[in-house]
Amino acid sequence: MLSAYIPIAMFVAVATGFAIFTIVFSNLLHPHKYNKVKLEPYECGIEPATDARDRYSIRYYLVAMLFVIFDVETVFMFPWAVIFNKLALFGLIEMMVFIFILVVGYYYAWQKGALEWV
Amino acid sequence: MAQAIAFYFIAACILGFAVLVVTTRDTVHSVLFLVLDFLFVAALYVLLGAQFLAAIQVLVYAGGIVVLYLFVVMLVNLKRPPEAHEDPHRRTKLGFGLAAAVLLELGAIAVYGSVNPAAPMPATPAIPVSGNTEQVGWLLYTSYLIPFEIASMLLLVAMIGAIVLAKREL
Repeated sequence: MLSAYIPIAMFVAVATGFAIFTIVFSNLLHPHKYNKVKLEPYECGIEPATDARDRYSIRYYLVAMLFVIFDVETVFMFPWAVIFNKLALFGLIEMMVFIFILVVGYYYAWQKGALEWV
Repeated sequence: MAQAIAFYFIAACILGFAVLVVTTRDTVHSVLFLVLDFLFVAALYVLLGAQFLAAIQVLVYAGGIVVLYLFVVMLVNLKRPPEAHEDPHRRTKLGFGLAAAVLLELGAIAVYGSVNPAAPMPATPAIPVSGNTEQVGWLLYTSYLIPFEIASMLLLVAMIGAIVLAKREL
């Protein structure tokens, strides 16, 4: 049964190997001459104004939190959907209760303006 | 045999990355090591034959939860001067004490488990479906219906809590 995961293991090995190979090989090949511009994140484009590790707006956190919650809600629907035929009406009702409780939260988020990006 | 080798390799990776998570100086790197840790936990689930759980582990933990962690890292001020901590070793004794207590507890459980082996599991009710995801679904939506509905309440509380906490700042 686990032999079914050999392609996945090969995929992981190739992906990791390619990343390591690219970094190591380019490090061996390229000339080691540095100056201030070369050490910047982008050689072209807008010059960085501040450090990247700055404090971000709490709105990002709110969006991420709502994303994770609805992500988990979807996860519960996967096993439900595959056996929906067997569960029949009972399954439909229990999932409706589940979704209704979360729709209350969705309505709350909407009313509070948590979904708006001002 | 191969199973045992795979288990020890994965367990060693999980522990190694967990150590890197707490020892790395850069918090963002620490979160990235956490992603690797979650992925190896998913591999452990695959080894146990729980493919559905493994997929969920990758989707929710390595995907969603880590995004949340990254945003928390970006929210807090990481450039706090080091003198804000009075003494970095202030809590070392407490940490060692707690670790010793957990170790003692694990040892006690192991000893108790070998002296007093657990009663055989009660026969599970017949599951009329086959397949990993289907079986998880069947148990979740019949035997464990109440915990499933309570989970939605938990999600609702988390959602409202996040909005209440964040709204003060908006």
